[in-house]
Amino acid sequence: MTQALNQTLLARATAKLGPQASLAVGLLVLAVLLAMPLLHLLPADHALHVSAYGLTLVGKILCYAIVALALDLVWGYAGLLSLGHGLFFALGGYAMGMYLMRQSAGDGLPAFMSFLAWSELPWYWYGTSNFLWALCLVVLAPGLLALVFGFFAFRSRIKGVYFSIMTQALTFAGMLLFFRNETGFGGNNGFTNFRTILGFDITAPGTRAFLFFCTVVLLVGSLVLGFALARSKVGRVLTAVRDAENRLMFCGYDPRGYKLFIWVLSAVLCGLAGALYVPQVGIINPSEMSPTNSIEAAIWVALGGRGTLIGPLLGAGLVNGMKSWFTVAFPEYWLFALGALFIVITLFLPKGVIGLLRKEKDQ
Amino acid sequence: MRAAPVPEFMLEPAFDPAGSGRDAVGLGSAAAKGLDVRHGTILTLEGINVSFDGFRAITDLNLYIGVGELRCIIGPNGAGKTTMMDVITGKTRPDNGVAYFGDTLDLTQMSEVEIAQAGIGRKFQKPTVFEALSVFENLELALKTDKSVWASLRARLSGAQKDRIEEVLTTIRLESSRHRPAGLLSHGQKQFLEIGMLLVQDPQLLLLDEPVAGMTDAETEFTAELFKSLARKHSLMVVEHDMGFVGTIADHVTVLHQGSVLAEGSLEDVQANERVIEVYLGR
Repeated sequence: MTQALNQTLLARATAKLGPQASLAVGLLVLAVLLAMPLLHLLPADHALHVSAYGLTLVGKILCYAIVALALDLVWGYAGLLSLGHGLFFALGGYAMGMYLMRQSAGDGLPAFMSFLAWSELPWYWYGTSNFLWALCLVVLAPGLLALVFGFFAFRSRIKGVYFSIMTQALTFAGMLLFFRNETGFGGNNGFTNFRTILGFDITAPGTRAFLFFCTVVLLVGSLVLGFALARSKVGRVLTAVRDAENRLMFCGYDPRGYKLFIWVLSAVLCGLAGALYVPQVGIINPSEMSPTNSIEAAIWVALGGRGTLIGPLLGAGLVNGMKSWFTVAFPEYWLFALGALFIVITLFLPKGVIGLLRKEKDQ
Repeated sequence: MRAAPVPEFMLEPAFDPAGSGRDAVGLGSAAAKGLDVRHGTILTLEGINVSFDGFRAITDLNLYIGVGELRCIIGPNGAGKTTMMDVITGKTRPDNGVAYFGDTLDLTQMSEVEIAQAGIGRKFQKPTVFEALSVFENLELALKTDKSVWASLRARLSGAQKDRIEEVLTTIRLESSRHRPAGLLSHGQKQFLEIGMLLVQDPQLLLLDEPVAGMTDAETEFTAELFKSLARKHSLMVVEHDMGFVGTIADHVTVLHQGSVLAEGSLEDVQANERVIEVYLGR
């Protein structure tokens, strides 16, 4: 509780010190992100050309940043540590993947179904060749799952580590389910070999640039939404849920509704991030639901600074940037580096990178 | 046991500040719309039993609080005071017995949130405030208003609501700390903030668990004044160990012992009671 308190104090102290500076850095980063897809459209031999690899890598990290932000909304504000957000991300990705598989299969069945000698589409694939319905599924699949899970979990007043363990079990169960060929989602290979999206070649520079642009828009939108929520009364009620849920109930608030609201919103944001991730990266398989992925998301948030909105974005960027560099330079040491990083953060930076930056500024 | 639901002292004109004889009309001024208190009793507990794994925390408890009354509950440790508050606020379900708020609301059938919304406010033994939020924000959250998610998404404080918060800030003497995080307040200030949160919540019945613990003498004196001014507009039930404080505020004292009522009456009567002396002094 005191930690949360210090964090708020720091936030208030720095709010006065350097809002202009933070805003300037933020706008600069945004300008670079908006310029990247345009630079990708330049001819390949141009000095400022951004390669497809670079664009995809940054696009992927931006999708992860949205997940980090979504996780921070439930963990940093409402105090619900989810270790299963990878599931919502993957469900959004699979929903988009279904559409992409239908696109590349044309009138026939997706390739993996032909290998299984299936003669017709399972019922839940119905309508997935329609882009709009696929978009609805992107929102509905993670949203409804989160709604049902959250309803029962919050009704039974499951909190703290028990809640975390249950979310972890949920994503693990999802992974096992999607690994099965009979489930109808391509088993352990998942979906890949996408060709077109809305008729456009998925590997064309224009398509890549547009998908990247959409990711930036979603990220900025999520951030604005996060700020609006944090400043609204709902944000304050959620903070109260985190710090003294009993007191809140005796004030006449029903915490279940608030928790369910932020939980479902967070899941939907993850689903949208997943839906943008899949066409950019070109593959989705059940390993996205593996518990380690969800735990990594929690590390991004912890490293960046939970309970702040910018922190998780920084955390996702730093860890994934380091991961890309490490796995190329010293592939065998990445997991050691990640472990060491987590220990260092826990021991020396309880408020994450944001806390560090703010302390520097204060001195 | 329900022979006299309205304590006699309440019928005396001296205790009716408005002089309007509200008991004659049958409606207490402390009752808000929708709460039926025609019999002058805001809280009725009859034959309540609570046991935890065979330990009987409350045994056949009968207690009536009148509209506008300020009742003090005293008793040695383990007498069941906090458990009784848990029963009233819905935190603990009694094994059997009757608990009514007003004449019609069955507390044993309502959730904690429903009970709070119906108009029962509670202050915890350990001051519990939202530490990461400012003093002002703490009061804002407690303010009596629509508390659904949808309402909170669109909530903006109206002028009248801001005035009400300012008024309470002045009452609890925290005007100068309004933007401080509540976690930085002293113990006594947190006690006052929690009392302030109850005030803006505007409940008809306030349950206060050891409200002056950790307060200085001056603060205690001030709290006594505050409670006395609240009584009659609200009904109060105060659990307290500080006999001096009880003596200053209470017109009516109930002594709990081993989960049931040992004695009831004015402080002098109760202090003169043989059984009470026995329990307290262990003779």
